[in-house]
Amino acid sequence: MTGTPEQGHQEAAGAAAPGPGAGAGPGAEAGSGRTAGEWPLWEVFVRARRGLSHTHAGSLHAPDAELALRNARDLYTRRGEGVSIWVVPSAAVTASSPDEKDPFFEPSADKPYRHPTFYEIPEGVRHL
Amino acid sequence: MSTASVQRTSGAGQDQAPRPGSGAPDTAALEAVFDAAVAADERIEPRDWMPDAYRRTLVRQMAQHAHSEIIGMQPEANWITRAPSLRRKAILMAKVQDEAGHGLYLYSAAETLGTGRDELLDKLHSGRQKYSSIFNYPTLTWADVGAIGWLVDGAAITNQVPLCRCSYGPYARAMIRICKEESFHQRQGYELLLALSRGTEAQHAMAQDAVNRWWWPSLMMFGPPDDESAHSAQSMAWKIKRHSNDELRQRFVDICVPQAESLGLTLPDPELTWNEERGHYDFGPIDWAEFRQVLAGQGPCNDQRITQRRRAHEEGSWVREAAAAHARKHSGVRTEGEAAA
Amino acid sequence: MTATAETAPVLALGDDALVLSHRLGEWAGHAPVLEEEVALANIALDLLGQARVLLSLVGDEDELAYLREERAFRNCQLVEQPNGDFAHTIARQLYFSTYQHLLYARLAAAGDGSGPLAALAAKAVKEVAYHQDHARQWTLRLGDGTDESHRRMQRGCESLWRFTGELFQPLGGAQGPAEDVRPGSRPGGVGDGGLGDGGLVVDWAALEADWLSSVTAVLEEATLSVPDGPRRGAWSAGAGRQGVHTEAFGRMLAEMQHLHRSHPGASW
Repeated sequence: MTGTPEQGHQEAAGAAAPGPGAGAGPGAEAGSGRTAGEWPLWEVFVRARRGLSHTHAGSLHAPDAELALRNARDLYTRRGEGVSIWVVPSAAVTASSPDEKDPFFEPSADKPYRHPTFYEIPEGVRHL
Repeated sequence: MSTASVQRTSGAGQDQAPRPGSGAPDTAALEAVFDAAVAADERIEPRDWMPDAYRRTLVRQMAQHAHSEIIGMQPEANWITRAPSLRRKAILMAKVQDEAGHGLYLYSAAETLGTGRDELLDKLHSGRQKYSSIFNYPTLTWADVGAIGWLVDGAAITNQVPLCRCSYGPYARAMIRICKEESFHQRQGYELLLALSRGTEAQHAMAQDAVNRWWWPSLMMFGPPDDESAHSAQSMAWKIKRHSNDELRQRFVDICVPQAESLGLTLPDPELTWNEERGHYDFGPIDWAEFRQVLAGQGPCNDQRITQRRRAHEEGSWVREAAAAHARKHSGVRTEGEAAA
Repeated sequence: MTATAETAPVLALGDDALVLSHRLGEWAGHAPVLEEEVALANIALDLLGQARVLLSLVGDEDELAYLREERAFRNCQLVEQPNGDFAHTIARQLYFSTYQHLLYARLAAAGDGSGPLAALAAKAVKEVAYHQDHARQWTLRLGDGTDESHRRMQRGCESLWRFTGELFQPLGGAQGPAEDVRPGSRPGGVGDGGLGDGGLVVDWAALEADWLSSVTAVLEEATLSVPDGPRRGAWSAGAGRQGVHTEAFGRMLAEMQHLHRSHPGASW
């Protein structure tokens, strides 16, 4: 893909516009400009230590899942930062749209009774 | 729920803000939301709406930063095979490896704005995107490895620490990781120079020579003076940048002077003096003509650096193609190129 | 600095790791893809770490690395071979890491029987398992990738094949001429894993058989043919272990040692 940064942005942004291409995700769209040697993008999740969940560490390129795991090990755990790694093709992530931010997340903001601090308990009552 | 409301995206990698257009809220309203988020010190995330110019500035800055890490491997890798002790060799190899890693973190951050790494590398290789000019200076002696660690990494850290609070989330997160790892880089450089400075006469001279050559280019790393800096004001308003070039440069000089004294080395600037009134060191004029010349491609190593980078990329193409071909044959997970075909 | 019968095998393994680490270090800034810069450097750092432990068991690590003449190095010739293209490097990695993994697994299994090598072997066996995996993954991709990568990988495997026989020459008492270290000439006999008076007590024939079957399996899976040339020759049958090296090694040492030797007695 060549062109000025502006053009690159326009093309890439176009890929995410809702429409026939939306289902395949922008990753697939980017593939149209790919050369034979370009590797797809993977998202990397690292479990820092036992008892913690995997957290997103970043992304990387790899030709396949096996090398993605190995690249992730070399890149994101050079200093002993992890005990387990997940890699997920970036194109396989389904994300909520920022357009839907309000309908998605605001309804939960007015339900304070879901939080323990909503309830007043007389002083001196323990183990509650 | 409409199909458009939950888009499949490539997650942190490629998410996009919807394009302003028919049906989208008008730009002014979106801009107001964006401005409010920046003003409130909230982070902007990849799928948020952002002004085109903000996006362009970030892609350019993250790409240039990533390119600098990758090109920056070369002057130091130049000494891996000649490192004078096995301990130093291990340190240097780990450091150069970190730089590759930092380049990867930054390319990955840049990719969240929809510009792929191959495209960015292509722009580097064709000269359409820049990297830090400092890496166009040669590493002539072993002491240069120390001077790069102390001064170049020191200047980079001064520049980068504020970026950990940059308004763009993925960039800020990458910088937090990088800054954590960088602190070893600067310390190893200082320690290396200290060993030379306290070593034989020849070693001391080697250290002084390296500091003489790297001091001024390091000061240039902060960019042109504030009154000549094209992008600074807007970047500061967007909180991509947190301090001005001159402010950071002064901070760096103030830090370095006492460190040089402890090293037993001098800084090559006769005008360097403590200014009681300002509470800062005064320093001599920077040769901006040299800066512009190196930036324009006429530095001692511009050609060499980009040629090596391009050659590594070109000579590696059969390897990348082989792995992609193998993946198509075996994994059952079709590559995107194939899916599109 | 001369090695005794007891330190000779330690020195040989240390030199292998030192030299291969140096060669991998030459890739910095030249790797075919950025992810591989990180991977190759990881392997080089593991090997350098092993080298430092091993050389320190024999003497001062820097004196040994920087002040010995070419003839005093006991590394096998395989590891000193120049990098060539990425396929050539991967072939060298496959041959050597498979050997190293089999050997360190035996030494680790022997525990205290491995004497001073026990601790190193226990740590190194995990590192080299990863190196072997890396070499295998890439052998599969290059062998069964494109026509060009297949051709390059096959050529890398062929051209390094003749250096692989040396790996199975028993390690011990290695300063003498080759005839002194014929298999079976050492006290301690054929055991498996451990450091005997005369050197490493390893069933070298079994090690070699395991190596052949492991390498054959990878090559076949990668659609490559197992080279059929000789694995030993007048110049490659254990010559490195006796201090006779190939042309490229002298140049490598000249580069590696130059700075250190230019400042006698300096510390760094």
